[in-house]
Amino acid sequence: MGVIQGDQMVLNIGPQHPSTHGVLRLEVMTDGEIVSKITPHLGYLHRCFEKHSENVTYEQVIPYTDRCDYLASMNSNFGYVVAMEELMDIKVCERVEYVRVIMAELNRIASHLLGVGAYGLDVGAFTPFVHMLRDRERILDIFEYTCGARLLYNYMWVGGVSHDLPKDFKKICFKFLDYFEPKIDEYNQLLTYNKIFVERTADVGVLPADVAISYGVSGTNLRASGVKWDVRKEEPYSIYDRFNFDIPIGEAKFGTLGDCFDRYWVRILEMKESIKIVRQALKEIPEGDIFETMPKKIRPPKGSIYRRTESPRGDLGYYIESDGSPVPTRVKMRSPAFTALSCLDEISQGWMMSDVLCILGSLDIVLGEIDR
Amino acid sequence: MTIDFIINQFTEIIGNFPVAAFLVACASVGGLLFVLMALNAMVAVYVERKVSAFMMDRLGPMGQGPGLHAGKWGILQTFADAIKLLIKEDTIPKSADQILFKVAPFIIFIGAIIGLSALPFSSSIQAVDLNVGVFYIIAVGSIGVIGIVMAGWASNNKWSLYGAMRSAAQIISYEIPAGLSIIVPIMMSGTMNLQNLIEYQSGSIFGIFPNWIMFQNPFAFLAFFIFFISAVAETNRTPFDIPEAESELVAGWMTEYSGFRWAVFFLSEYANMFVVSGLAVAGFMGGWLSPIPGFLNSPVLGLFWFFGKVSFLIFVMMWFRWTFPRLRVDQLMYVCWKVFIPIAMLNIFGVGIWKLIFG
Amino acid sequence: MNHSEIQSLIEEKFPNSLIANENLQGNQLEIDGQFWKDIATFLKNDPKLLFDQLECITGIDTGDDGPLQSRYNLHSMELRHKIEVIISLDRDNPTVESIEQIWRIGDWFERETYDMFGIVYEGHRDLRRILCPDDWEGWPLRKDYELQETYHGIMVPKVKEEEGWE
Repeated sequence: MGVIQGDQMVLNIGPQHPSTHGVLRLEVMTDGEIVSKITPHLGYLHRCFEKHSENVTYEQVIPYTDRCDYLASMNSNFGYVVAMEELMDIKVCERVEYVRVIMAELNRIASHLLGVGAYGLDVGAFTPFVHMLRDRERILDIFEYTCGARLLYNYMWVGGVSHDLPKDFKKICFKFLDYFEPKIDEYNQLLTYNKIFVERTADVGVLPADVAISYGVSGTNLRASGVKWDVRKEEPYSIYDRFNFDIPIGEAKFGTLGDCFDRYWVRILEMKESIKIVRQALKEIPEGDIFETMPKKIRPPKGSIYRRTESPRGDLGYYIESDGSPVPTRVKMRSPAFTALSCLDEISQGWMMSDVLCILGSLDIVLGEIDR
Repeated sequence: MTIDFIINQFTEIIGNFPVAAFLVACASVGGLLFVLMALNAMVAVYVERKVSAFMMDRLGPMGQGPGLHAGKWGILQTFADAIKLLIKEDTIPKSADQILFKVAPFIIFIGAIIGLSALPFSSSIQAVDLNVGVFYIIAVGSIGVIGIVMAGWASNNKWSLYGAMRSAAQIISYEIPAGLSIIVPIMMSGTMNLQNLIEYQSGSIFGIFPNWIMFQNPFAFLAFFIFFISAVAETNRTPFDIPEAESELVAGWMTEYSGFRWAVFFLSEYANMFVVSGLAVAGFMGGWLSPIPGFLNSPVLGLFWFFGKVSFLIFVMMWFRWTFPRLRVDQLMYVCWKVFIPIAMLNIFGVGIWKLIFG
Repeated sequence: MNHSEIQSLIEEKFPNSLIANENLQGNQLEIDGQFWKDIATFLKNDPKLLFDQLECITGIDTGDDGPLQSRYNLHSMELRHKIEVIISLDRDNPTVESIEQIWRIGDWFERETYDMFGIVYEGHRDLRRILCPDDWEGWPLRKDYELQETYHGIMVPKVKEEEGWE
């Protein structure tokens, strides 16, 4: 006596989503409630970043990198600039290093706030989303004060940064950090330890560590599966080796290791670590001229380089090939959200439709980066 | 004024025309109830927007600045919304079932308004003083399910049907713990008549606390919470709003409705909230009795106390919506069948034993 | 392990698979495409190498009738060494074995390189375009790519001095 197989139903989620992930179409095959296969359809936001970068000069590529991962523009710039400086063998001055780290970590906090807030929104909790956006606005105000832009900064240039820090930046930044640190405990009270939230996210969408590594998942998603891997510590770039910070990993707090709750929890802890880094950097930042190590002309030697840095979504890698001219031959951006989305099919097998959105939200993807 | 009172007055003043008396009484009382329902919806929508805004650390509708704006503190916003809904185009999908589509909102509306007719607003203000008041309200509350399933089916939309089915399952399941919990006040007071139930709760415990049913007995206290949470589930509010928030994926069961028909759904949802809160207040929280036992009790003040308590419960429902995330469908069902129903049954047992021991 | 040790290990196991090239820098290795799947399995499973993370697959068009290249950046989480494997492919018929069953991210990376360059990965279970629409013509990132005139009847805008915007 065989099992009676009902007809598989094909449902479409997207391309428009009522959440900030972007324009993504998921074709879901379900058997009633249970999902059997998900096929993501990408390319709705493809803007030919890599083709453009073959026609503009090296410094003109930087605004394009902003627009790929628009929630963490500073980190996208940072990755490109670090790769270029390694290719051209430039050592930037100390002040620039500190400024870059401060900006990158503040942007990490802002990106995690949005990722976590939008996740709460997917699960149905409206209030934490608004509170987190309110706090993110303060970070965006700091960025606007420094370089004039709220979201897409074009801030990090090869060999330096575009604008120096304003005079009372330290005071403003410390004020923000002192305001923000207790807010994380507020979020924990409101959302993290809420029984309904835990029920929705614990044990859902478990990503085992070996599957994660095989799918190239990195960053927060990999750390939530228990692997202590952070590019800032393993392949340090800039001055990250001078700071004292922990790498939070998933600890199966309420369910299995590597479930949605762990991914969410690691993001909350990472915000705390970023606050630590910014405080240390603000204390130690030296005076200096940010333009002193900026090359007049950017003509890297012939060759290629692949360098990765830690963006809020994972390992952001740039493969840059140059042939000695001011225009790159090939710039490829290896985006961490691309790899995170590729494992969605595997980890949502056997879950219900409401859980698919939950899992997608926990991976914290940005379509701009996936489609480039 | 109860309908009987109006009929008597009519007979005294105008003459012995029973049919006309009945029609006039029903029409006037029905009209008043409808006005109450409409006012309730308008106020509730405004309060919901303001409450949600303050909880989210923002301001909500505000009237500032020159030009056409929403009045001081945004009071005119609801009027603007009502006018907008009334003048919207009435779109009905071509492949929808026309008759069922049009009838569905009104069935839900009927379920809500006839529930309102049995609520005791004050010692002398109640539309109909039924001997089986509690039973009647619980029974009539289930009529809404028919309307929901009709709406989902008639929309001819896979997703609407899905949402409607889930909603039907949810409402029918949560009727059971609600019904079991409301048996507790009936057991304790020995009557299903709402006015007698409230009069049973007059007096005080230890001289200072009001003698409300929820304070008389730890099991009754628990029963109140079970009843209230089941009531929130019955009205499809967060954390049980999976049928409506299906719209995070696709559209809920109300999707194909726009303009006035949607306004009727909305009206019914807030009226439902009022009815279940009213029943909770009458059954457990002393109805129109004042919280200070013995003082400030009168037919007019009773109205004030009743509305005050019901408003508080509606506020708590709104509080829930903006605090908690949403339960998944299977978790919802689990909570109902495996948690609430055993506890509700335990409550009945416990109250019986308590009554036996303490009288 | 450093680069020359890795190189000699591979040379030992798969003689005649490495191609010498003076343009190689750093930890780059060029190999002959026909050995690729076996070398990949060896790189992943050998206890001295353990390359379990495929970081990136980049397609490169060396331009001017030169070959297309498929470059693989590999990394070992445990042994902390890296390697970059370059495979040169004939422009007219660029095919290479697919390694998507060895490193699961190869699935999407290879689809992307196929979409952009037209490099066909044999043995890939579902090789179709990923970023461009399924019926797009041409391989966009090749240096000799010509944009198509219309797509489903919609004019694809070209910015050329002679024609101007359409």
